[in-house]
Amino acid sequence: MAAAPIVHLDFEKPLEELQRQIDRLRQLASERQLDVEREIAPLERKLAELKREIYANLTPMQRVLVARHPRRPYTLDYIDRAFSDFVELKGDRLYRDDPAIVGGWARLDGRPVMVIGHQKGRDTKENLRRNFGMPHPEGYRKALRLMHLAERFRAPVITLIDTPGAYPGLGAEERGQAEAIARNLEHMAALRTPIVAAVIGEGGSGGALALGLADRVLMMENAIYSVISPEGCAAILWKDAGQKERAAEALKLTARDLYSLGVVDEIVREPLGGAHSDPEGAARALGEALKGALKSLEGIAPEELIKLRAEKYLRMGRYIES
Amino acid sequence: MAWFRKERRPRTSARERLEIPPDAWDKCDDCGHVDLREKFERNFQVCPQCGYHRRIAARRYVELLTDPGSFVELFGNLRSTDPLGFEGYRERIETAYRQVGTHEAMLAGYGTLTGVELNLGVMDFAFMGGSMGSVVGEKVARLARRSLERRVPLVIVSASGGARMQEGVLSLMQMAKTSVMMAQLKENGVPFISILTNPTTGGVSASYALQGDVILAEPGAVIGFAGPRVIKQTIGQDLPEGFQTAEFLLEHGMVDAVVPRPQLAYTTAALIRLMLGLPPAGAGD
Repeated sequence: MAAAPIVHLDFEKPLEELQRQIDRLRQLASERQLDVEREIAPLERKLAELKREIYANLTPMQRVLVARHPRRPYTLDYIDRAFSDFVELKGDRLYRDDPAIVGGWARLDGRPVMVIGHQKGRDTKENLRRNFGMPHPEGYRKALRLMHLAERFRAPVITLIDTPGAYPGLGAEERGQAEAIARNLEHMAALRTPIVAAVIGEGGSGGALALGLADRVLMMENAIYSVISPEGCAAILWKDAGQKERAAEALKLTARDLYSLGVVDEIVREPLGGAHSDPEGAARALGEALKGALKSLEGIAPEELIKLRAEKYLRMGRYIES
Repeated sequence: MAWFRKERRPRTSARERLEIPPDAWDKCDDCGHVDLREKFERNFQVCPQCGYHRRIAARRYVELLTDPGSFVELFGNLRSTDPLGFEGYRERIETAYRQVGTHEAMLAGYGTLTGVELNLGVMDFAFMGGSMGSVVGEKVARLARRSLERRVPLVIVSASGGARMQEGVLSLMQMAKTSVMMAQLKENGVPFISILTNPTTGGVSASYALQGDVILAEPGAVIGFAGPRVIKQTIGQDLPEGFQTAEFLLEHGMVDAVVPRPQLAYTTAALIRLMLGLPPAGAGD
């Protein structure tokens, strides 16, 4: 992962303090060649305990901040760690390459797959290039092109979802943002190969779903998935973006919420302290979960797969018939 | 004392002076043109002067797009619940039921147009901004299924700000749900005509509204993914004149035709007959 400044969220401050004490002790010990492991061990136990406690009691808005954490692993970090043989494929063959979405052939556990995901930038420069992970229509069109490529060679599609949303700008609208998303949904519904989606960070509305219509949907423990950002929701409903905590609560956007609403099939446990505290561990967990999901779809004929996929989405929603 | 005296005559009351009662007049919301209400009415609320399309109720589209007396409402008993326990949602729904109607944000049913059977769904912007929650999604899915089973064309008139926030991610999933059905219609060659009216944005534009075999739009309708306000906020400047209008989308290749409301029925009927391989209306059928 590219170097990023160590950032601590407000609720992580106690961890930061403890970590600093441990580090200082270690440094002191090495300078004076002292053995302080016995002193450090309880501090580290305390640190782990504190992490567990903090992460077990995150509010929905704190969860949103973890999902947006600047050191959280992104799509390419997971591809690096959980996949092999990645060959990136670029361009929609219509207009340009959109760096906010990456994709290409890769192997998962030796098996060829097409992996596609939103890609955020690690620093300002990369973020400008990748538009903070907010795709233009050409990004979605590239994604669809790669899905059809996978379909032709009977490879499963794996998508990693991590976007604040589809980009709301002039060019994006001009080139048909809505059409691009609508087309992806329609074609994913009929794709004759397995699709497994994993929400790894921010699942921002239609811009996320455009890669998310799948046979199995996984969600990382601290990821979020929502129809609108808490800030946007608060601004519309209460004319005050400052009410984002209230909106985050109301929107039911955490992995556990989505699981109980039947929208995601499986929650992927993150390492203690969130994926950003241990990207390796997070990638291992995600890789295992993806393998399991692919295995569960093995041997299902394409027609059956499409039928099951349709039935799954047709069940979604809550209403009553009076 | 004045050397002349004004002749005092009782004033005629305003009512007597006007031959036409004041409520017979109507004024265009856009250009300010004043004309007989009846003329607006006959023109389907399109200004006779400037062509501005005033919003009309879902029922009016039903009258417009089906033969008289042929429409039968379907799935009118579907009701929104409050799956997330979202604060204020129940009250808003109750108010909308009272003020707009129990058809929710979509009036669905079947009927005939120039004698050809069709399934028709009309979104109602007056019901919570035409937002798509579970009920709208289910109605679209059921209408599409009915079209599939009976091989009858589907026509949907959209007017929506997008997915309904108060049903959270379940609203988002209605985009997937409706797309699944539209994919099946395409697979089976059942015509789907999508008519876009002002406004069609967000989750509705990014799903079935832009998945039509043929996509028509009313003049001046705002159509896009993000609403104009959000875009303005993002780019920090005013939007170009006419941005995201039906005409703009036509120019950019996103819709097939911009059709004035008075011609919608004719165009829709012609398309349906062409796509089903039927003779023109009135040609001996």
